Amino acid sequence: MLAPLSWLKEYVDIDVTPSELKEKLFSCGFEVEDLYEVGKDIHDVVVGLVKTCEPIPDTHLHLCSVDAGSHGTFQVCCGADNVRAGKKFPLALVGAQVIMTGKDHVTVEGVMTIKKGKLRGYESEGMLCSGVELGVTEDMYKGAGYNGLLELPDDAIVGEDVKPLLMLDDWIFDIAITANRPDCQSIYGIAREVAAVLNKEIKPLDLSFTEDGTKKEGFKVSVLAPELCPRYIAHYVHDITIKESPQWMKRRLALVGIGAINNVVDITNYILTELGQPMHAFDASFIEGNEIVVRRAGNGEKIVTLDEKEFELNDSNLVICDGKKPVALAGIMGGLNSEILDTTKDVMFEAAKFMRDNIRKSSRALGQSSDSSSMYAKGVYEYTTVIAMKRALHLIEELGCGKVSSTHEEVNSGNSIEPRELQVSIDKVNKVLGITVPTEDILRILKSLDFNPKADGDLLTLMIPAYREDMESYPDVAEEVIRMYGYDHVKSTFMPTAKVTMGGFNLQQRSTLKLKRALCGLGAYEGIHYSFFSPSDLDLLRLSDDAKERQAIKLINPINIDLSLMRTTLAPQMIRAMARNQKRDLLEGRIFEIGNAFIPKSLPLTEYPDERETLCVGIFGEEESFYKLKGFAKIVADCFDLKFTYEAATKPFLHPYQTAEIFCNDEKIGYLGKVSYEIMDDLDMRVPSFVMELDLSLLSKYYANEQKFIPLPKFAIEKRDFAFVVDKDVSCAAIENGIKEACKYVTDVKLFDVYEGLKLGLNKRSMAFSVVFTPQNEEFNDEKIEGYVKKILKNLEAKLGVTLRG
Amino acid sequence: MQNKLNEIREKAIAQISAATNLDALNEVRNTVLGKKGELTLVLRGMKDVAPEDRPKVGQWVNEARDAIETTLESQLKKLEKEALKLRYESEKIDVTMPEEVLTQGSLHPITLVKNELVDIFGSMGFFVYEGTEIETDYYNFTALNTPDDHPARDMQDTFYLTPEFLLRTQTSAGQVHVMESKKPPIKVISPGKVFRSDDDATHSPMFSQMEGLVVDKGISLCDLKGMLDEFVKKIFGSDNIKTRLRPSYFPFTEPSVEVDVSCFQCGGCGCKLCKGTGWIEVLGAGVVNNKVLEGCGIDTNEYSGFAFGIGLERIAMLKYGINNIKMLFESDMRVLKQLHE
Repeated sequence: MLAPLSWLKEYVDIDVTPSELKEKLFSCGFEVEDLYEVGKDIHDVVVGLVKTCEPIPDTHLHLCSVDAGSHGTFQVCCGADNVRAGKKFPLALVGAQVIMTGKDHVTVEGVMTIKKGKLRGYESEGMLCSGVELGVTEDMYKGAGYNGLLELPDDAIVGEDVKPLLMLDDWIFDIAITANRPDCQSIYGIAREVAAVLNKEIKPLDLSFTEDGTKKEGFKVSVLAPELCPRYIAHYVHDITIKESPQWMKRRLALVGIGAINNVVDITNYILTELGQPMHAFDASFIEGNEIVVRRAGNGEKIVTLDEKEFELNDSNLVICDGKKPVALAGIMGGLNSEILDTTKDVMFEAAKFMRDNIRKSSRALGQSSDSSSMYAKGVYEYTTVIAMKRALHLIEELGCGKVSSTHEEVNSGNSIEPRELQVSIDKVNKVLGITVPTEDILRILKSLDFNPKADGDLLTLMIPAYREDMESYPDVAEEVIRMYGYDHVKSTFMPTAKVTMGGFNLQQRSTLKLKRALCGLGAYEGIHYSFFSPSDLDLLRLSDDAKERQAIKLINPINIDLSLMRTTLAPQMIRAMARNQKRDLLEGRIFEIGNAFIPKSLPLTEYPDERETLCVGIFGEEESFYKLKGFAKIVADCFDLKFTYEAATKPFLHPYQTAEIFCNDEKIGYLGKVSYEIMDDLDMRVPSFVMELDLSLLSKYYANEQKFIPLPKFAIEKRDFAFVVDKDVSCAAIENGIKEACKYVTDVKLFDVYEGLKLGLNKRSMAFSVVFTPQNEEFNDEKIEGYVKKILKNLEAKLGVTLRG
Repeated sequence: MQNKLNEIREKAIAQISAATNLDALNEVRNTVLGKKGELTLVLRGMKDVAPEDRPKVGQWVNEARDAIETTLESQLKKLEKEALKLRYESEKIDVTMPEEVLTQGSLHPITLVKNELVDIFGSMGFFVYEGTEIETDYYNFTALNTPDDHPARDMQDTFYLTPEFLLRTQTSAGQVHVMESKKPPIKVISPGKVFRSDDDATHSPMFSQMEGLVVDKGISLCDLKGMLDEFVKKIFGSDNIKTRLRPSYFPFTEPSVEVDVSCFQCGGCGCKLCKGTGWIEVLGAGVVNNKVLEGCGIDTNEYSGFAFGIGLERIAMLKYGINNIKMLFESDMRVLKQLHE
């Protein structure tokens, strides 16, 4: 929020510089995000007295001699229509900086430095300035809005800097307010903190006014939805004269970015800024039935707000009604039907507390917001409603807008506005902090915050002002004490009272990391992709309508459609990542990701879904192949002493003849394959690309497997190589199995050569295997091995029609 | 006889010395020492020598044989050495030619940071709890003292899946799960992905946090500061780094603090990295709010705790100078190849 220094100074004697105040506020929990001088863009502009002013023939220009006191007297060419001898204007000296405007002299285009120049052959040493050129608006200084020179008062001292005169030497604090301190969303709230941190008294608000005794007989306020409106105050003001607000009020509003409208509306805006209480002013002549009713809107009920937008409401929206109709959308915006007009004579002021959650939700649902609604969404305390009404009535009198009647109605079902007692233990406060703050400091700090502290031994009794609803127990008190005492008093200790605990990754986490490191060893880089993906990712994979991957959890409020589903597979993002790299001319690479796939147990969700930890590997490049990616699967298996088996399979996004499903102990754990040519075409992929997905949540049960040492064989192993001629459709795995099942001494079978040629015949190929026989209890001899080989060959021929190559 | 032996010896030694390859050496060996070799024949002719001369002749033969064998041995070594030299020379390569490409991949920068944090906090006795990315409103907000009407809910734009289920906005969501299932003493860190509806130049809708929580007897704000002091020294690798606590607000801690570290680039004098302030904001923390502890059935008269939350991308970006958060999630090989353990 924006707080001008001059406004804060009305309530606190600030005797530190603006940057010192910034540091002080920062230290007690109010970060000043920006601090700037109102006239930060202006320098070296002084009061100039035009002594002579002669028209330059055939131009609109005047040649002036301008007295700038101790700076000298300068010849200035001036094109403004109100330049006259004997008058005082701001003179930007050579070297000065002012605001640069466009040809219309109104549009701001940046800043400029004044240089000596020549206009129509006449030397000009400086520039007489308009309000816009000094960044001063009509609201900030009377006359500054004129599209010509800004005329300065006759008593301005020639040669003096204009900034103090135009109050451009004021400072603006842009302060971030944390969500627990809505009471500080106001000038007076900040002033309280400033007073506390500077150890000064806060000056009281002037809340004085005199009711004139007139009363609107029978006027009543009823609140039918007290759960949404715990306090509602209405007060009538009459004999109103709608006019401009005084300059001081317009200026203050301008400094916080609010344009002046008229005295009554400006008062409500002033109160909003000064006290953080949204107020509304109704033209009382439009209030029918001599009553105000605060109720939930009827379903389908309509209202047109001040900005002439119509809204259809429902019973979750709160409305302010007169005897007949809604006159305001509570807390958000007034109705057009009761707007303050130039002709308004009687005004009903409203100061109320509406529940923040309701205002926030209504504002969002209706898409209608205002300074009021955002203040209510932050939180408004009942204490402030009472103070604000008094302050508004005071301002009505001070500004001479009208007369304060005695028509006052207040409906209250909420909190007291009186201070409440809070008792805490000083020891507990100190224990939260871990240091012992001297009791006299505790008392001083809490007194400066207006908590009226009294200590009796360890017992501290506080009277908490009603605007500090956040103060509930001793940790809150501890926070107040330390933020004022200074966090630099907090010492560094290392849990001297804590018990020793065991730390670090658990088995599951360690195993995942081991897997990641193994994959890195294969030259793969870890990537991380979003947990959400796009419906178009599912279409990319050409998944059928009933594919289980399409059973994805939807986000209610995604950023866009491409981030609208929780991913059920990691493959599409991996394929897109490979495609992106290829687009950038990176034509080889290996990437892996370990992340969750989200598998709902029911849709829409009624219980936590399965978050399945999944490994996805993508490799691409002219040198890559199905078998290289299969090598990755082998390494994964090796990590956990497992054996995977593979079966040819099809997937709609993979090559029909280069795809396999992966099994571990007969459980399907994933797949691998070559990305289909259709997808390569869709994504402009240029090199062979392969993808593998493994469901690690199915493997995790093996992470705890203990490693066991197998003693080395006592007897020498035997190795035999065989070359077979086989039908092409006989798989390598089938032959391996045929060998293994025929002899229990076979411990390893490895394919080492494949040959296809016309000599072998069509649909035939030669496959060469190396077979290892490991003896168990006694040494092998040739005879025994020959026996095993015969058994193996017999089995292969019988089952697979496989014969030795002649 | 002696002359004959000398003759054999001299001839053999001359032939051995002249031999330039192993074959030539073997031939000499055969013609002199072989079964039908000259020296062997002399020994076989010993029966014709007078018995009294036999020891003397035997000695001569032995001397000759020893001399020949010694020479043979040294010539063999010489030839082997020469052959090896030739082999080496024939295998000469240009060592400046490019290496064969072997690639070692690497872990993602976020994993690197996470591992480093786990190493640091693990050594302090923190175990690792990884919660779920999909959470309930209760664990993400309500149990963390952020009821439905709480203004802090506006601080975070939440992705909802149903009115009850959402994508966790903070790893703090894990706190309550841990406290419900484990009694104090508790020291836990909870790294993971979190989600907020922010998508612009400096925000990614998914990013990573690590929550830390300690609950034990007598835990205070000073313990939080002491632990953070150690942590920042380790993670930024310098003993000169200082921490600064300043007041802040989180619903689930009271008091709450923002933690700044002295700028490790300029040492606190002010630079571009720290925006001229000398300090860099690294994490939020605080003393665990009693309402949160009590909600988990922990007696606040006996126990207290502190909690902290670290943005992993923020640490990665500060530590490695990564300038664009979104780069971290695009798997651009040019990015992934740059950082490693």
